[in-house]
Amino acid sequence: MFTIARFTFYEALHNRLFSMILTGLICILGLTEFIGELAITEAAQTQSILMGSGLRIFAVSAIGLFVITSMAREFDDKGFEILMSLPMSRYSYYLGKFMGFSMLALVIVIAAGLLLSLYSPFSFVFPWLLSLICELLIVISLSLLCMFTFTNITVAFMAVISFYFISRSMHTIQLISNSPILESDSFSQEFINYFIDAIAFVLPELHIFTQSSWLAYGVNISDIVPVLVQTIIYLLLLIAAGLFDLYRKNF
Amino acid sequence: MHFFQQAFSDKERPVKVVPKWLILILTLAFFTQLGWHAQRPAAIAIATQLPEPPSMALLQAVSLDESAAFSRILMFWLQAFDNQPGISLPFNELDYNTITAWLERCLQLDKKAQYPLLAASRLYTQVPDEKKQRIMLEFVHKKFFEDPSSRWPWLTHAVFVAKHRLKDLELALSYARSLRIHATAEHVPTWAKQMELFILEDLDDVEGAKILLGGLLESGAIKDQNEIKFLKQRLGVR
Repeated sequence: MFTIARFTFYEALHNRLFSMILTGLICILGLTEFIGELAITEAAQTQSILMGSGLRIFAVSAIGLFVITSMAREFDDKGFEILMSLPMSRYSYYLGKFMGFSMLALVIVIAAGLLLSLYSPFSFVFPWLLSLICELLIVISLSLLCMFTFTNITVAFMAVISFYFISRSMHTIQLISNSPILESDSFSQEFINYFIDAIAFVLPELHIFTQSSWLAYGVNISDIVPVLVQTIIYLLLLIAAGLFDLYRKNF
Repeated sequence: MHFFQQAFSDKERPVKVVPKWLILILTLAFFTQLGWHAQRPAAIAIATQLPEPPSMALLQAVSLDESAAFSRILMFWLQAFDNQPGISLPFNELDYNTITAWLERCLQLDKKAQYPLLAASRLYTQVPDEKKQRIMLEFVHKKFFEDPSSRWPWLTHAVFVAKHRLKDLELALSYARSLRIHATAEHVPTWAKQMELFILEDLDDVEGAKILLGGLLESGAIKDQNEIKFLKQRLGVR
């Protein structure tokens, strides 16, 4: 399991992912400095909020794409089948992959933390980083699940991105659907409301994760606890679902 | 998962090969997620935190040049501030100057959109606060001049609100006059162009109404003989 984790991490080192991430972070830093020049007041707060928001999307996209393309390459190179032919349980393979990708996520989060520390006190940055790693772990397990299920890069990435943005905006979607301007008891409206509520039940509450306002104003521990609990529950669900698909795979 | 996998691949083994402990964890995690979500507080919109809108340049940049779509998204977002289950008058808690600023941004993003004007004339005028109603009516009146031929319906509603809710006939008259003078396109119905006539009548300014009717007849704005007869009878013109 640890060997697979190590080699997954090495793969990221070898295919220039880190140089791409470094370039991306430098671009975000440059953009943040530029925005700082524009702000008349609260420059540091504005910079930390905008940088946090940019880093969040950047980290999610980079990790999601890397997991999916890395798994696709492993399928295409038949490396996956070779590993499956070894006397190794499937859950060891899955958890090894998950740990390897998580190490990569940790590196990205630490790099993001270093950048954010330029504009925000560490006591504000730390909970944000903690929440970001939780979010990235969910994205990693989701990407693994989608790749095992669809085995197609485009479909898997579209599914991950759609899932991510719907999870983040579900709170607002519910507000709009539950409070329409036109009061109507029509069946279609009620059906849509129930449908949206039902979807919300099975999605993680990503809207409470990694809020950029934490970088400017701090956050209470009571806001972090639900993030941690939601991460544990959802990770368990996604990992179990991913393993379910992996166990059913035939070669 | 089973469904999707069948749709995309036929390489799968039966469910019985999946270890029991995994199915147990999967089931447990699924129901824990449902339970967790059920005990979380319901989504509630907060009416008091409507911020000032950002600049147009920023909004256009954020919209990625999809300004019409972004205008609609902004309108939906603005709606979420107003509609809160269990709160009877959420509009009252909002700063109407900020709302008009947001509505203006939505219109700037999509100049052909009618949604912001509908919201201004029919939705935000529902508050029992005369000052706030007047702010919205003024907004509708101001925006009407930018495109009278398509925005006239909202000003006709403003006439109605000014006359029946605010009981301010002078205000209603000024809006109706704007309609007659500026909404001159052929597709604008004559009843909209004639609103000034009836407001003048309500103001007991029958002479003014007669002069206006004469002007309308002379200009050929009213062509239907029955309509001409009805209007003359109403004002006592022979």
